[in-house]
Amino acid sequence: MSDFRLPLGDWADAFIQFVTDVFGGFFSVVRAIFAGFYELVDLLLQTPPFWAVIIVLAAIAWLAKGWKLAVGTTVGLLVIVGVDQWQNAMSTLALVLVASLIAVVISVPLGVLAARSDVASKVIRPVLDFMQTMPAMVYLIPALILFRVGVVPGIVATIIFAMAPGVRLTELGIRGVDKEVVEAGQAFGSSPWRILRQIQLPLAMPSIMAGVNQVIMLSLSMVVIAGMVGAGGLGGQVVQSLTRIDVGLGFEAGLSVVILAIILDRVTGALGTKRAPRRRGVQSPTTDAAEPLGPEAERLPAASANA
Amino acid sequence: MTETSAIEVRRLTKFFGRKPREALERLRGGATRSELAPLGTAAVIDADFDVQRGEIFVVMGLSGSGKSTLIRTLNGLLEPTGGSVTVMGETITGMSPKRLREVRRKHVSMVFQHFALLPHRTVRENAAYGLEIQGVPAAERRARAEHILERVGLGGWGDKMPAELSGGMQQRVGLARALASDTDILLMDEAFSALDPLIRKEMQEQLVELQQELGKTIVFITHDLNEAMFLGDRIAVMRDGRIVQLGTAEEILTDPADDYVAQFVQDVDRSRVLTAGNVMEAPRAVVTASAGPRAALRSMRDLQTSMVFVVGSGRRLLGVVHDRDVLRLVQRGERSLESVISDDHPVVGADEHLSELFESAVESQLPLAVVDEQGRLLGAVPRVTLLAALGNVSSNTAEHTVIEMPATIPVDVITATLHRTARPETAVADAADATAVAVAAAEAADIRAEVLMRADAAGERSPA
Ligand SMILES: Nc1ncnc2c1ncn2[C@@H]1O[C@H](COP(=O)(O)OP(=O)(O)OP(=O)(O)O)[C@@H](O)[C@H]1O
Ligand SMILES: [Mg+2]
Repeated sequence: MSDFRLPLGDWADAFIQFVTDVFGGFFSVVRAIFAGFYELVDLLLQTPPFWAVIIVLAAIAWLAKGWKLAVGTTVGLLVIVGVDQWQNAMSTLALVLVASLIAVVISVPLGVLAARSDVASKVIRPVLDFMQTMPAMVYLIPALILFRVGVVPGIVATIIFAMAPGVRLTELGIRGVDKEVVEAGQAFGSSPWRILRQIQLPLAMPSIMAGVNQVIMLSLSMVVIAGMVGAGGLGGQVVQSLTRIDVGLGFEAGLSVVILAIILDRVTGALGTKRAPRRRGVQSPTTDAAEPLGPEAERLPAASANA
Repeated sequence: MTETSAIEVRRLTKFFGRKPREALERLRGGATRSELAPLGTAAVIDADFDVQRGEIFVVMGLSGSGKSTLIRTLNGLLEPTGGSVTVMGETITGMSPKRLREVRRKHVSMVFQHFALLPHRTVRENAAYGLEIQGVPAAERRARAEHILERVGLGGWGDKMPAELSGGMQQRVGLARALASDTDILLMDEAFSALDPLIRKEMQEQLVELQQELGKTIVFITHDLNEAMFLGDRIAVMRDGRIVQLGTAEEILTDPADDYVAQFVQDVDRSRVLTAGNVMEAPRAVVTASAGPRAALRSMRDLQTSMVFVVGSGRRLLGVVHDRDVLRLVQRGERSLESVISDDHPVVGADEHLSELFESAVESQLPLAVVDEQGRLLGAVPRVTLLAALGNVSSNTAEHTVIEMPATIPVDVITATLHRTARPETAVADAADATAVAVAAAEAADIRAEVLMRADAAGERSPA
């Protein structure tokens, strides 16, 4: 054995120390925002009686796919109520929704950027690989230091872990849009932003929705780990059952996670496939009219005059 | 800038690869594409041409010859490595992206090989897309799109999605989208290549019709020779990035610039390129109506033919007369041809393609009379000439008079009749004719033999 040792760990320590010293204020703000957001969603899900929430969720399932999914959703949620995990399940749902939403809000623009620039793509790809393959527990340590115990480090770790497929599938979807169709947009004089909005995003939507679905699933898989840093909810229950070796509690909490997972997967999956062959009715041209024409429209007196 | 050109291309070079500057210099110094292969691909080399307003300009060449690259520089989708492009008087090379978009909206639209419709929008919204980008209000663009859809034969399909339409119909939507934006120039990159032959032919005809009606300038890319020849007012032939010949279909067909072009046009369908005017011969068997039956009969005797064309004042074609009828008139001593002029012979316009002449040629044994818009006789196309032209046997058959309708009455019978009915003042002329006839008959026999031989040769060659 030589005395030589790569001091990677020391460097990581020093880096986190540096970050806390310099950006401590920033992280406090982020913490406050995330926590506030989570509290709000949690409140929305916890306050109404459970049957009201179940009706709303079943209705969403019906709209997304059909009555079968609505029935399945109702039954599943009633099981959760039956094993007395309703409140925990709603906390977990709030955490998953908040983390997924933030992850999507970050990952879709990143995916767009990666799709438009090869350089960005080359930079982003290894970072994503790193984020996804690094054991999720490892994020918890700096997250704990930066955000202190509670639900926020859980959310942050979840976002980092769950973001990758959102970015990847958005990039893939946009790059996969028929080149000729994009060229058609250019050839008719559409601006890049407008091409993105009117052609690339709508056509990449199935892929993007698949990404959103993946993000949500990965978020859900993080709840137990989030539970370890005090996020509570079903994850907290699982951790508790572990420490107490309580098989019954573990099973009930685990089953509740599975039920939530199935419902979320089916609903978001259905939304993704439903959007793809979306048909627009006769009314659509009028809805288009309300749409701003973009800055170019005003600068084109000649074109409109010709027309 | 000249007033009449829609697009001016000057020394346009597009190089894909490393060190474009160095490549440009070497290309301008005459380097070929293969010499630069280690650096990259010289897709277009030193292209220099103008496209006139209102013409269909076809670019033709084998796969990889640089056609798509060329057309994509014409609306600035690709920035040239060297040279410049000017569209409707505005030089788009080096223009800011914003102004370039304005030029596209105002002047240039495009039809794509695989249609490139927006699959998530209705047919009508697709047709109105260009107008939408131009900022035309919704109600107006809807009306205009509907009008154009009607025009391309898709009235009533506006609410369908593109995927519900057949390929041919989808491309009609593509065409409607380009036409609706009402730009001066249409770029069409292999726009009909993905369609099956019947639909394709139909679209070509419709395009020509629309072009004549709307007066658009069209740059059309194809690697189908027959399509190029059918559509193109002028055709540019590309090879390995260079334009090797630019000219009308007929020029390229009859006078190819090099072996490459010659080989390229070898198996073109000539019947769709050459017109009656290209192959017609000077009609020798012509008499004026006022000359009367005797002159007509003499003319037929001299030419050993059974019919002559009869023209009125200003060479206006009245019809044909046949030897038997005229002989009878002469025997009866009538002074006017009028009663026997028949108009059941085929008449064609000078700009009709040979493919359109076949039907007439089959229906009647008489040579086709070629007339201009005023109905004046310009020439005749005997059936054998039609055959010879298809086989590309010779383009100068016009030197000879091909006798298609051999005389049905022996020469001596005619001569005898003319003598018998002759008044004293014409007798001398008739006597002189007797010797002339002998000579003409001998010549005619020679010529006939020669033509038959050529027709044989054509018959052997054409199936190849
Ligand atoms: N973006 C590009 N990058 C590198 N090389 C290219 C690019 N676009 C075209 N080329 C090359 O330029 C040459 C000409 O291509 P182009 O597409 O213009 O040919 P084409 O005549 O349109 O052929 P086709 O009939 O197959 O469509 C080809 O060798 C092609 O590989
Ligand atoms: Mg091409």
